[in-house]
Amino acid sequence: MTCSRKSRRDVLKAASAVALFPLPAIAQGRGPRVVVIGGGFAGATAARFLKRVDAKIDVTLVSDNATFIACPFSNHVVAGLRDMEAQRFGYGKVAADGVTLAFSAAQAVDTDKRSVRLADGKALPYDRLILAPGIDIDWKGLRGYDEKAAAVMPHAWKAGEQTLLLRRQLEAMEDGGKVVMSSPATLVRCPTAIYERASLIAYYLKTKKPRSKLLILDAKDTFSQRRNFQNAWKELYPTQLEWISLSQGGNVSSVEVSTRTFVTDFDNFDADVANVIPPQKAGAIAQAAGVADRTGWCPVEPISFESQLVPGIHVIGDAAMTGAMPKAAFAANAQAKVCAVAVAALLRGGKPAEPRLINTCYSFVAPDYGISFAEVFKPGNGMLVDVEGAGGSSATDAPPETRRLEAQYAEGWFKAIITEVFG
Amino acid sequence: MKATRVSAGVAAVLLMIGVARGAEAPAGASSCTGCHSAPSGVSAMRRLSGLPQAEIADKMIAFKSSAATATIMDRIAKGFSDEEIRAIAAWYAAQKP
Ligand SMILES: Cc1cc2nc3c(=O)[nH]c(=O)nc-3n(C[C@H](O)[C@H](O)[C@H](O)COP(=O)(O)OP(=O)(O)OC[C@H]3O[C@@H](n4cnc5c(N)ncnc54)[C@H](O)[C@@H]3O)c2cc1C
Ligand code: HEC
Repeated sequence: MTCSRKSRRDVLKAASAVALFPLPAIAQGRGPRVVVIGGGFAGATAARFLKRVDAKIDVTLVSDNATFIACPFSNHVVAGLRDMEAQRFGYGKVAADGVTLAFSAAQAVDTDKRSVRLADGKALPYDRLILAPGIDIDWKGLRGYDEKAAAVMPHAWKAGEQTLLLRRQLEAMEDGGKVVMSSPATLVRCPTAIYERASLIAYYLKTKKPRSKLLILDAKDTFSQRRNFQNAWKELYPTQLEWISLSQGGNVSSVEVSTRTFVTDFDNFDADVANVIPPQKAGAIAQAAGVADRTGWCPVEPISFESQLVPGIHVIGDAAMTGAMPKAAFAANAQAKVCAVAVAALLRGGKPAEPRLINTCYSFVAPDYGISFAEVFKPGNGMLVDVEGAGGSSATDAPPETRRLEAQYAEGWFKAIITEVFG
Repeated sequence: MKATRVSAGVAAVLLMIGVARGAEAPAGASSCTGCHSAPSGVSAMRRLSGLPQAEIADKMIAFKSSAATATIMDRIAKGFSDEEIRAIAAWYAAQKP
C-alpha cells in the first residue's frame, strides 16, 4: 500500500492553498481531501462511506496497526469461549473501496496548515479531518496502576495481548481461587461490557473451576441493564459471583501490584487474578489536536460531529462526547455513517441534514443467554438526546427462548457490523 | 493521477449505489445496517435493500404498536413516526438488493 504519493512541494502548496482560500475544495478544481485517523469501528466505517457518498473525495485512512483487533466478543475470548483469531480483521476491503491506507501512527495535527504529521515522517494535508482514535488508558487515574502494573493486573480493555493475558491467568488459576474485577466511577468505553465480562468469567468458573469466586468492586451503585444482570446472576451464578456496589464499599482507591491487592475505603481485597477496568480518555492524538477538553473527551456538535473546539476536525466513536450516546462499537459505526454524509455535504458547500441515530448493546450473561439495550437519538440542546418513548432494556421477565434468540441476534449483529466495517 | 486511483472496486461501488446517489438516505436509515447488512447468518436480520416498501413499513409499524412480536424492533421502531418509517422504507426499497 502506498501511503502518500504526493511530493513535499505538492503538500506544502496544497496546504497553503487551503489556508489562503477556505473555499469548498471542489471550487479549487480537485477532489477534496479527507484524512481519517484511526481504523476502528468509527474510522474505517467513515472512510468507506465517504467514498460511497462521493467517490471524488480523496480519503486517506491512518491506522497504527495493519490488523484491527475487535473488542466486542473479546469477553468470550477471555472466558475461553472463542478464538482470538475470530477478532482480527484486515483493511483489504477498505482499500478496495478506493481508500488510501497509511499504516503509521498520527503524531501531530497542524490545525492552521490543516496537515497531519505521521510517525514515519509523512505529512498529510486535509480539507477536513476525522478523528476516530478510540480510547487511551488514563495511567494517572488510579493510584498504583501504570503500564507495568497492567502486565500483572491486566485491564484487557483494548483487545489484543491484554485479552490473552487475562485468559491465561484464569486458565492458570487453581480451583478455589479468587478473581477480582474493579470498575471505576468515571466514563469508560462500553460500561455494560464490564458486567458481561463478569458474567462470562463466572460461567468459566462455574463450568471449569466451581470452587472459585469472582468479586466485582464497583465505584457505582447502578449500571445499565442492572436488573437483567442481577436476575441472571442469582439464577446462574449464585455462589460464583458477588457484586459490591459503591454504597457497600466497592470504590477502589488504589491497587498494590506486588500482592495483586485492591484497596478500597474500608478494606483490602487480595486476588489470584486481578482485572482492573481503569479510568480512560480519548486517544492521545485528540489531546495533540486540541479537540479534547478537561474531561479527556472531545465535545462535538450533534449533526456533523464537528469539534466544538477546533473547526474542520470531526470526532467520532469512543473519543467523542456526544451527550446521551454511549461509547459502543454500534454507536461508533452509526456516528461514522452520519459524519461521512455530513462531511461530504460540507465539502460541497452544503448544509448537512439533521440525523437520527440508533445504538444497541447486546450482552451475554451466558453463552446462550443474551440481553440488549437499545436507544434512538436525535439532536437537541447542542448534543444528542434520547428520543422519548423509544429504546430500553430487554424485558426482565422474558422467557429463556427470548434470551436464546437475543444471543443469536448478538452474533448476527457482530457479523453484520464487521461486514459493514471490514467486509 | 486521479485515473490511476479509481480502481475497479470503486467503479463497482459507484454502480451499486447509483440509485442512492440522487436521494440522500432519510434520517435514521443509515443506522439500520448496523444489524441488517448481509450476510448476518440470522434471517430476521436480513438485508433491507430491495425489499418492497410496504413490507418494511408495515412490519415497522406493527413492531411499533407491538402487534408483531419482537425481541428488539419494538424498542427501535418507537423512535420513528409513521411518516419517517415510510420514508426509510421507500429509500431501502429503492436500493439494490
Ligand atoms: C471488552 C469489551 C467488549 C465490548 N463489547 C461491545 C459490544 O458488545 N458492543 C458494542 O457496541 N461495543 C462493545 N465494546 C465497545 C467497542 O469496542 C468500542 O466502543 C469501539 O471499539 C469504539 O470504536 P472506535 O472506532 O471509536 O475505537 P477503536 O475501535 O478502538 O478504534 C480506534 C483505532 O484507532 C487507532 N489509533 C488510535 N490513535 C491512533 C493514531 N494516533 N494514529 C493511528 N491510529 C490510531 C487504534 O489503534 C484503533 O485501531 C466493547 C469494548 C470492550 C472493551
Ligand atoms: C440491533 C439490531 C437491529 C437494528 C439496529 C435494526 N434492526 Fe430490524 N430487526 C432486528 C431483529 C433482531 C429483527 C427480528 C425481530 C425482533 O426480534 O425484534 C428485525 C426485524 C426487522 C424487520 C422484519 C424483517 C422480516 O424479515 O420480517 C424489518 C422490516 C426491520 N427489522 C427493519 C429495520 C429498520 C428499518 C431499522 C432501522 C430503522 C432496523 N430494522 C434496525 C434487529 C435490528
